Amino acid sequence: MAESSLDVLLKGSSGRNTRGLLRIIILLTIAAAAVSSRLFSVIRFESIIHEFDPWFNFRATKYLVQNGFYSFWDWFDDRTWHPLGRVTGGTLYPGLMVTSGIIYHILRFLTIPVDIRNICVLLAPGFSGLTALAMYFLTCEMSSSPSAGLLAAAFMGITPGYISRSVAGSYDNEAIAIFLLVFTFFLWIKAVKNGSIMWGALTALFYGYMVSAWGGYVFITNLIPLHVFVLICMGRYSTRLYISYTTWYALGTLGSMQIPFVGFLPIRNSDHMSALGIFGLIQLVAFAEFVRGYLPGKQFQKLLTSMVFLVFGLGFAGLILLSVSGVIAPWSGRFYSLWDTGYAKIHIPIIASVSEHQPTAWPAFFFDLNFLIWLFPAGVFICFQKLKDEHVFVIIYAVLSSYFAGVMVRLMLTLTPIVCVAAALALSAILDNFLVLSKPDPEAVAKASSDDSKSFRSSRNAVVGIYSYFSKTVVTCSMSLYLLLFVAHCTWVTSNAYSSPSVVLASKMPDGSQFIIDDYREAYYWLRQNTPDNAKIMSWWDYGYQIGGMADRPTLVDNNTWNNTHIATVGKAMSSREEVSYPILRQHDVDYVLVVFGGLLGYSGDDLNKFLWMVRIAEGIWPDEVNERDYFTSRGEYRVDEEATPTMKNSLMYKMSYYNYNSLFPAGQAVDRVRGVKLPAESPQLNTLEEAFTSENWIIRIYKVKDLDNLGRDHNNAVAFDKGLKRKRATKKKGPRVLRTE
Amino acid sequence: MPAKRHAASTTSASTASTPATLSSGPATLKTNASAAEIAQHVWQQYLATTSQRTMLLDAFMAFLVLVGGLQFLYCVLAGNYPFNAFLSGFCAAVGQFVLTASLRMQTSDKSGPVVSKPSSKGKNARFVDDDDEEQVSGYSHERAFADYIFGSLILHFFCINFIN
Repeated sequence: MAESSLDVLLKGSSGRNTRGLLRIIILLTIAAAAVSSRLFSVIRFESIIHEFDPWFNFRATKYLVQNGFYSFWDWFDDRTWHPLGRVTGGTLYPGLMVTSGIIYHILRFLTIPVDIRNICVLLAPGFSGLTALAMYFLTCEMSSSPSAGLLAAAFMGITPGYISRSVAGSYDNEAIAIFLLVFTFFLWIKAVKNGSIMWGALTALFYGYMVSAWGGYVFITNLIPLHVFVLICMGRYSTRLYISYTTWYALGTLGSMQIPFVGFLPIRNSDHMSALGIFGLIQLVAFAEFVRGYLPGKQFQKLLTSMVFLVFGLGFAGLILLSVSGVIAPWSGRFYSLWDTGYAKIHIPIIASVSEHQPTAWPAFFFDLNFLIWLFPAGVFICFQKLKDEHVFVIIYAVLSSYFAGVMVRLMLTLTPIVCVAAALALSAILDNFLVLSKPDPEAVAKASSDDSKSFRSSRNAVVGIYSYFSKTVVTCSMSLYLLLFVAHCTWVTSNAYSSPSVVLASKMPDGSQFIIDDYREAYYWLRQNTPDNAKIMSWWDYGYQIGGMADRPTLVDNNTWNNTHIATVGKAMSSREEVSYPILRQHDVDYVLVVFGGLLGYSGDDLNKFLWMVRIAEGIWPDEVNERDYFTSRGEYRVDEEATPTMKNSLMYKMSYYNYNSLFPAGQAVDRVRGVKLPAESPQLNTLEEAFTSENWIIRIYKVKDLDNLGRDHNNAVAFDKGLKRKRATKKKGPRVLRTE
Repeated sequence: MPAKRHAASTTSASTASTPATLSSGPATLKTNASAAEIAQHVWQQYLATTSQRTMLLDAFMAFLVLVGGLQFLYCVLAGNYPFNAFLSGFCAAVGQFVLTASLRMQTSDKSGPVVSKPSSKGKNARFVDDDDEEQVSGYSHERAFADYIFGSLILHFFCINFIN
């Protein structure tokens, strides 16, 4: 940007070094900007791990650093999914933890004592700087214009679509995966261009790294074969293509199988079959091409068509046969939900319940990408104009990822890189045409017209060009304005929307001062200090990782969600009456139950708002005992006030949320601020649980599960006795269900 | 699998037409020749134009196809019990075959028959571009061989790591 204005001064061979130096400085500045714009949360709050999944990654990294690589590889974790446990070493993508472990050891070796937590917190910003560099390389492969790469790097550095997943503290797989994605694509383009084994092998290596880091590697696995397939269909088969693709596939597949979690998937799972199919196809094409060297056209045509039909038919039939007979696993559920957006809601509520798997709302595109989103089609159009091999890649990538980003919110992340590339191509084309401010003296006119004639045949003879300072100024200024607005927008979005750790909440007091709500850590710390080391905590699965990470207590379910039945059990315990729930709690050794309640503060992400998902998931396993309809009023409303259904009022979740809540308010005035309703005058009765802890703002409430009664009574009677109520004969005879489990 | 099938077709073609080398086939081909005749013709052209070194590579490729085929046959007949071992063995064969094929393409391009057509359209212009690129960027045989070694090292590292 600054470079292109200085370009005039620096023309000539002596200026080349200067320009190279400038470019390096600009890239470093961009990387620095990318890193520093992600530090809002550290500055505003503290160096803390965010959200949910990162807490598990953090815990795993600590385990890796403490126990070494081999025991990490064989790690069986008995403190999650009680009583089942989890084979953690074989069911995670180890790339992230290993990366930060290596960085940790390198720093230790250099005698720089850095806490592992700080490495984890700052890993994502650090890699975002690298992503900007990778973006520069990728875009430079696409365009000869020197500004395109720098623009793309700058866009990638600060676009909110990527920042959303890589602020300091969001220590998630995506933190390094996007860098790997972009860099793998760069290497792939390089390989296709050069047709060398080395680039192909490097692509495969980085692909392997990507596989070890993120489940989204399937995107690469399908995109590269598609690129090759389209190129072959366009009649652009070449030895370069054969060399790069086959090298990538042979090495990359083997590399991906080294990860225990992936294992034999690349040859078993349908998601990976397209790569294998293209591998076969390209062998055939290569062979055909080889034979063609020896044959005149006619016979070759004859040979070719018969061969193609035969092989294609055989391969297709084989694939169907294998799929039907079950040798190749069917497509995974998440994959189906990509094609049929209603699929997940019907068949796999656990996938649909995650908010980042929902379809994207259209304002999100503008929110995350700002003016890039309307430069994006222009950039794709420019690719159509040039249409070399690498531009075909951009087009395919653009089409595919636009679709995917529309289907799932989180896949906005894969769209962002290509939007940056395309927008940079478009913008650099505009700037290149408008920014050169040379005066139209005859020589320059002649030169410019000859330059123009290369690109526009129709204007070869006429001296056509943009010479008036007015039009140049208008276009350039408006573009700079857009760029400035973009920077302002990115900074604003990052600071306001994406920098909240969600472990620590911040709000503004009426006088404008900041008010920190730290209930989560308060409650987790309470657990850590006041409960035995082995106390089992039951909560909804969203909080499993955090409890494991911050409170260091065993949990029943967590965000890994590998066992749907176990989650449904927890859902059933939460959504049933106490008489049903208590045996479940006893059977699973639960000592404490944790619920999140936002009613006092107006914190909308609480358990009562997630409650319907618990009901749905439980209903999926026990359709006879849990029924979603029972939680709605007869008019189909989801209510928690006076008119809530009896099932709702008796559910454990409801009781735990509102237990004693009205004591905060004058009689009959209790209000739930999330749902904006007045609550019943008297608090729900809890017989089998007792309140153990409630955090400052009531966000987290922890209940202790009562032991069996000393005198052998059921809890109903015991509580009634404590209150001094007379035992009623009639209820004794009919009696509620007996609570004893042993 | 398709890789293997293709490879198998090479071997079958070569074995089928081996006797044809003894008899002197027609130098040029008729327009409506049968498939067998075409195959014979290809084989003889191949023998006539291929250099010694390239043939050596081809022999190695044929050997790899044989190894891969044998492993696959064993897997089908005797079961795939140490699946890791089978997979890494088979992948080693396939991968090495592919790498060798790539090496062959890079080294034999200039000596082999070059399919160049008079350029008239954009697509052919691209063709010319490619040739230029290959000559200018200069993939020397040494460079190609170094790449080949690099790729093979990675391949065999993965295989040994995977074999258990």
